[in-house]
Amino acid sequence: MNAIDNKWIGRRTIRPDGADKVTGRAGYAADNSMPGMIWGKVLRSPHPHAMIRGINTARAEALPGVKAVVTAKDIVDFPLDKSVMLGIQDMRWMCRNVMAREKALFHGHPVAAVAATTEEIAAEACKLIEVEYEVLPHVIEIEDAIMADAPILHDFLRHEGKPSNIAATMVNKLGDVDAGFAEADIIIERSFKTRPVHQGYIEPHACTVSCTADGKATIWSSSQGQFMVRAMTSLLTGIPQSNIRAIPAEIGGGFGAKTIIYLEPLAVLLSKKSGRPVKMVMSREEVFRGTGPTSGSMSTVKIGAKKDGTIVAAQGTFYLQAGGLPGSPLRGPVGCSFAPYDIPNVLSVGYDVVSNRSKVAAYRAPGAPLGAYATECVMDELAEALKIDPLELRLKNTARPGTKAAYGVVFGSITFEDTVKAIRNHPHYSAPLDRAPAKGVVRGRGVASGFWFNAAGESSAQVNITEDGNVTVTTGHPDVGGSRASIANVTAELLGIEHKRISVLIGDTASIGFSNLTGGSRVTFASAMVVTQSTEKVIGQLKERAARIWKIDPEAVVWSDGAARPAGANAGQFPPLTLKDLAAKANEMGGPIGAGIQLTTVGADPGFATHVVGVEVDVELGIVRVLRYTAAQDVGRALHPDYVEGQIQGGVVQGIGWALAEEYLFDKQGRLDNASFLDYRMPVCSDVPMIEPVVLEIPNPKHPQGVRGAGEAPIVPPLAAISNAVHDALGKRFYSLPMSPPKVLAALDG
Amino acid sequence: MTDIRYLAPRTLDEAVGAFAASQGAARILAGGTDLLVQMRNGAVRPGTIIDIKKITELTSIEEAADGGFRIGAAVSGAALAEHPRFGRVWPGVLEAVNLIGSTQVQGRASPGGNLCNASPAGDSVPALVAAGAVVTVQGPKGRRQVAVEAVPAGPGRTNLGPGEIVVSFTLPPRPEGSGDAYLRMTPRTEMDIAVVGVGVSLTLRDGVVAAARVGLGAVAPTVLLVADAARALIGSRLDEAAVHAAAAACRAACNPIDDKRGTIAYRTRVAGVLLQRAVAIAAERAGRV
Repeated sequence: MNAIDNKWIGRRTIRPDGADKVTGRAGYAADNSMPGMIWGKVLRSPHPHAMIRGINTARAEALPGVKAVVTAKDIVDFPLDKSVMLGIQDMRWMCRNVMAREKALFHGHPVAAVAATTEEIAAEACKLIEVEYEVLPHVIEIEDAIMADAPILHDFLRHEGKPSNIAATMVNKLGDVDAGFAEADIIIERSFKTRPVHQGYIEPHACTVSCTADGKATIWSSSQGQFMVRAMTSLLTGIPQSNIRAIPAEIGGGFGAKTIIYLEPLAVLLSKKSGRPVKMVMSREEVFRGTGPTSGSMSTVKIGAKKDGTIVAAQGTFYLQAGGLPGSPLRGPVGCSFAPYDIPNVLSVGYDVVSNRSKVAAYRAPGAPLGAYATECVMDELAEALKIDPLELRLKNTARPGTKAAYGVVFGSITFEDTVKAIRNHPHYSAPLDRAPAKGVVRGRGVASGFWFNAAGESSAQVNITEDGNVTVTTGHPDVGGSRASIANVTAELLGIEHKRISVLIGDTASIGFSNLTGGSRVTFASAMVVTQSTEKVIGQLKERAARIWKIDPEAVVWSDGAARPAGANAGQFPPLTLKDLAAKANEMGGPIGAGIQLTTVGADPGFATHVVGVEVDVELGIVRVLRYTAAQDVGRALHPDYVEGQIQGGVVQGIGWALAEEYLFDKQGRLDNASFLDYRMPVCSDVPMIEPVVLEIPNPKHPQGVRGAGEAPIVPPLAAISNAVHDALGKRFYSLPMSPPKVLAALDG
Repeated sequence: MTDIRYLAPRTLDEAVGAFAASQGAARILAGGTDLLVQMRNGAVRPGTIIDIKKITELTSIEEAADGGFRIGAAVSGAALAEHPRFGRVWPGVLEAVNLIGSTQVQGRASPGGNLCNASPAGDSVPALVAAGAVVTVQGPKGRRQVAVEAVPAGPGRTNLGPGEIVVSFTLPPRPEGSGDAYLRMTPRTEMDIAVVGVGVSLTLRDGVVAAARVGLGAVAPTVLLVADAARALIGSRLDEAAVHAAAAACRAACNPIDDKRGTIAYRTRVAGVLLQRAVAIAAERAGRV
């Protein structure tokens, strides 16, 4: 399977969902409609922080055309004193996030939902709902939220015995950092800030729900996991999972943010009350105000080294914004920041800080870019101070198989140093740099590395041979990054047939076994594993059929090039039996051919990436442009190179936006001031160069095809790589993001 | 839920009549790239929409015998770009008009709409101010002509009277040795809105600036004609001192706000930088060697 002479694995086959997507036929969540369908709308809090003293929905309900109104009292309550977890989500927070319960915690927090015969009537009805608010002082930024006199969001949260906005603490520890720093010849300690950034998926959240009179609910929605939709909706509505069928739509981007739900439970309750199918679609403004983003952060990283560059101790303190309810991705910076390096003494501490902004959602390698930003910028300063090439400093301290990471594992077959060497040996790294190509223009180059855990977990697959001798493969994973194309390649390789004869489908919750979320860089890893095992079972069946036809022992049959063949001369002389031949005889020879596997997969070794970037700064306007970007990453095996490269390029582009342009801006009233793509400045195509992926394929020994997760590691290094390149260009370091033009110009003046 | 009347008159008189009769409840529709967005987000709820694209005078481009141009207010950016002569005579104006929105939006968006939307950041306006464009306006009391910079009154407001419609822009004949340019600063390379915009028009005679006009956008409630910057350039050979003086005049003219798109300090500083860069381009187009 890892052989270089693979026929399908590693080929750039046409993606199965491609034609539908480029011709506009693909069915996204908002494309669905049903007879008798009505429209749901959400009423959102106009205050960033307020007690809800009462809600009167009578006038809204009396408006002609209104069919149902729901508020928090319709949603299952998860009391504050008892945690109920679904995966990494605490349902106490989820039930309060989909609908404000005791208080509104951010501007845009849902307080009620209405369903009516038209969108306009539903919007009108929202205005007729009377909410009695007791407005409270609000707090937005971390530095304000952790002050002793800050407005406290939640009375039940305690930090060091006192009411606090610090909801949780996470500590990773290795060795003794004090002793480590005492040995150091040089110590560099710096503090950094980043702003919250949104995942920026093009498709807003949307769903259509139909509840029938017998209590069954069908949900069509866009998510990163139809089983998550089912489970979370079940918990929030009280409908058993067996009575909910969640059908995944094509997804127009998720990047982690669609691993939780917002609209589905509201639509279920509205449909249940009204007896009509209900459709809900968020506006872009609602997406910005009410969903995502990932955390903003305040970090301090301290690294101590010997004169020769050997790192002896590292310490990180990371404050992350959680939004109005607890749950920031502490594990990202705490666990990932120092993981690329073999450091004997590490102390990495994270604090989860609530404030009056929308609850954060997962975003590509959740939290890891924040930590790597701080660590990799300090590494750059350390290399500069020690006069060591920054890549050599990384190689000197590289984690290797057997290194113990501060987050607890002893690494298996990791390949960090290969990524560093790939960049060191790449022509980009040694290309001459014209530092001042024109008046007012300077250029620089920077490097950084990054780590992501990767993930395995539950997946299911079913492989069926059709009566005409072709193949359907069904998995339980929404396809966010080309996983169907990769699975088609794997199945074609195993069966030895044209990949076009294989249809890869995504099953709904009623048609395929439980499959965990598409996230964590796990889907290609896990689904290739269960599809491989299912296909191998099918091949076993096919060989048995051929053996029966030939009246020989099944072990005397081999499967190659799409047909059963006698294993050798001793097995007898028979013409090969192809898939089509065997399918045609299926009924008479034992019935339908097909097999499925449901498995908790293991063996997802972590991912590492090293990047080099060239930037140009217009020193009169403060504009930083990325001119060249090269990203090296070990992906184990690129089942379909286009989608591996796409993941690397996509992660880098999102990192460029994070470093240079994107940020949530709040006004004095605590309202998000840039809730649109015009003013939330994600990069557009013309802002970025063609990003060159350097795809290393060092097979993961724990996977049948050698796959290693690829989607998340590439967003980890860019923040620091670009910062380091800007320093190289200007001789000036920035300690906060984004490096937007006004900030750059002010720094140059100041 | 609200009924909207849609009218598409064939003559200007009919359009003015309907507009005046609506007593403020109507909105003029040219390309609709601002109006429809404002209607969808609830910012405006017109009772009547008067589409002016069926009126020939508003959708035609004419080059006069003396070399001047008359551009209908509803001419789209794409139509202006396709005109065989306009972009050669007024490259800066064309660049500015073509910066409004994406390729798709260019098929609809017009300089008249851009002016009447009265955003201080409208891209075509500083270039038209620099070009010395004169606007023909028709209303219930007849026709009048007004300098382009006199139309905006503040963000989202114009000095047009009740029932008045912008008909066309007249650009003066271009003497030998003339060139214009428009530059804007946006954080993104595309799909963005000007943080500062500068239009410059120059006429050189024997290397000396015989005429100059400077329009400055997104740094004040309305687009500005910066006469002091023009005065600093006129009579000079565009030496460093003259250009610096013009840049200083632009900075002095700035009266911007701090907002999500830029800070006061940044906008002021950048106004001077863009002036210098736009002057260099305009001078090159004017044939400076």
